[in-house]
Amino acid sequence: MDGLIDLVYSIPLIGLVFQFLGYLLATLPDIAPITLRAAVPIAFAALCGVICERSGVVNIGIEGTMLTAAFVGWAAGVFLLPVMGAGDPIVFGITPVLLVALALAILSGLLVASVHAWLSISVRADQIITGTIINIAAFGVTGYLNTLMAKTSPTGAGSFKPLAPPTGLEDIPILGWLVATLLAQGPLTITLLILVVVLQIFLFRSRWGLRTRSVGEHPRAAETVGIDVIRLRYRNVIIGGGVAALGGAFLSMEATASFQQNMTAGRGFIGLAAMIVGRWSPLGAFGAALLFASAQGLGQSIKIVPPAGELGVILGSLPGQFFDALPYLVTIIVLAGLVGRSIPPAADGVPYEREAAT
Amino acid sequence: MTRPLGRIWGLLALPVISIILSVVVGSLVIIVSQWLVGGSLEPGLAIDAYGALISGSLGSFNAIVNTLVAATPLLLGGLSVGLAFKAGLFNIGAQGQFLIGALCSVIVGVWLRESPPIFAIPLSIAAGMLGGAAWGFIPGILKATSGAHEVVTTIMLNFVAIAILAAMVAGPLDAPGSPSPITLDVGNSALPVIIGRNGHIGLIIAPIMAALYGFLLYRTTLGFEIRTAGANPDAARYAGMSPKFLIVLTMSLAGMLAGMAGAFELLGVTKNMTASFGTTVGFDAIAVALLGRTSPIGIILAALLFGALRTGAAAMQIQAGVPRELVDVLQATILFFLVASPVVQRIFRLKGARSGLEDTTSFAKSYGGEGGTI
Repeated sequence: MDGLIDLVYSIPLIGLVFQFLGYLLATLPDIAPITLRAAVPIAFAALCGVICERSGVVNIGIEGTMLTAAFVGWAAGVFLLPVMGAGDPIVFGITPVLLVALALAILSGLLVASVHAWLSISVRADQIITGTIINIAAFGVTGYLNTLMAKTSPTGAGSFKPLAPPTGLEDIPILGWLVATLLAQGPLTITLLILVVVLQIFLFRSRWGLRTRSVGEHPRAAETVGIDVIRLRYRNVIIGGGVAALGGAFLSMEATASFQQNMTAGRGFIGLAAMIVGRWSPLGAFGAALLFASAQGLGQSIKIVPPAGELGVILGSLPGQFFDALPYLVTIIVLAGLVGRSIPPAADGVPYEREAAT
Repeated sequence: MTRPLGRIWGLLALPVISIILSVVVGSLVIIVSQWLVGGSLEPGLAIDAYGALISGSLGSFNAIVNTLVAATPLLLGGLSVGLAFKAGLFNIGAQGQFLIGALCSVIVGVWLRESPPIFAIPLSIAAGMLGGAAWGFIPGILKATSGAHEVVTTIMLNFVAIAILAAMVAGPLDAPGSPSPITLDVGNSALPVIIGRNGHIGLIIAPIMAALYGFLLYRTTLGFEIRTAGANPDAARYAGMSPKFLIVLTMSLAGMLAGMAGAFELLGVTKNMTASFGTTVGFDAIAVALLGRTSPIGIILAALLFGALRTGAAAMQIQAGVPRELVDVLQATILFFLVASPVVQRIFRLKGARSGLEDTTSFAKSYGGEGGTI
């Protein structure tokens, strides 16, 4: 068997592909947790995009919404820690102060999304410009406050902790590592996994889902059957803001316990690409987020444990920055390859104007 | 007499009101944030901050030259974003094009650092323009062939540009014997100084580019086609123009302008490149183009304003202790009031005022897959 593998690996060029596949299989249990962690903020962003765009509102401001929530979650912890005390975590490292901080982070997401909703639904401004302004504003305000707070060398309230799965799970053959990976996650990651399934069902099986989709496809027709288009769009955009805020909170309260300037680093936009590639469905978007994140997981894995043999020599000669750029490159390539076959809701990005009463 | 004045007021009213409102919001941000973080309520701090901002950007001859130097890349970046706006495209990628432009000009600039300046300077600038154009060409061709929206692809390319720049500076371009990654000095390729200590020749070239921009858009057939494709792609196609070709061409030209901004910043200001090279020029450029209403004169004025803000921000941070990121806050609030212009108009009872973006098509419309059908 080993002899056969060596033989296959030694084929010129094609052998490299097999070496790569072999490396993927061997490192999969190591890459999977990194990939899932990297996918969480992207997937939250993508779900926010699905909720907004299915009702016909383009939201480019997801990035800024996430950044705001990441900052608020962290800053609220800094301010509340002296007041509320650290407290004892019961499970997941959840302390009262963290819960309040998370609630404030979600609230900030709802607020930012309300601004976007007002500008794009009521003012009927161009939704892409509106979103861009939200991004610039979030970048500016969080950067400003972060610099101001850095003077006092603040202490954060810590972060949520992953669940410790029962030992021995990894030993279950074939899929044991997968179950262990899915269980050994923090509360926000698990929330995401539940949210993906719930949204998938609600969007295609509930009254809200049917109304959302009809408003996104043909608002005029939806209104004639008595659906309040404006109200539904407001509600969806604001709920979407809360979902994006969870992604932001994940960055500063679960993945790390601190805030860095511009820490979202384009994840909101990768989320939008994931939404497009996932054809505006929650499950598809989550899958695409995993795909984009796997580029990051693979890059990290290659940096830490490079593959053996010829492939390792080639990959090792690439500069480390190549792997930093990999998620962005994969996003461009997949988007360019798939977008023509991925059709957005018909009324996506078109402000709705009620017919004047005569 | 009232007619022309009324027209000028119609053009200026919204930008001016937006700027005034954002100064008010900025004061509130300064006072409230200081109160929350520092614990003391100091209403005078806002006046100190704005005082330092103004004296730091306009208070002396050197400060004014610094403002002009800071405004130069903003002007070129604003033209880049503005040109794309005119064609119905949203170039958020000016930042990446700026970086790749600077990278290409440092490669050629260092290579020619001992050649006669008469060759070295134009070639280095040309390299930056070509690099930027190439970086703008990519989202253009992607949009024209596959319909991938330029908003997502250009943002991704910004991050790719940062990675390429870091890899090049740490790798092949790293000067031997330097403790941290930094390229060699561009030597003879540096732009000549024409005014003050650091007022390089780009100060003259950038306004000339603004004039060319106006000429291209309003006095040539190509400009007419670009504006038509932006205002109404269907009409453009019906009239026998090729919107796909115009998308690729406009994005390349926009990239070229942003690349030129990068070349000037590198050859005229920093003269070498570190891994942290890069400012927020590409993002400021969006604000410049929107505030300048995509007109050449408007973009020049907006670039001067933001150049002054960026220059004065350092003095503000040192003298008043207000973080320089306040400029980003001001920028965002100006844009917010511009976009909320229908509401601002109602409150201030302005009838004829226009925000200047009415004649471009909705960017959101071509989002997702629809652009692919053009």
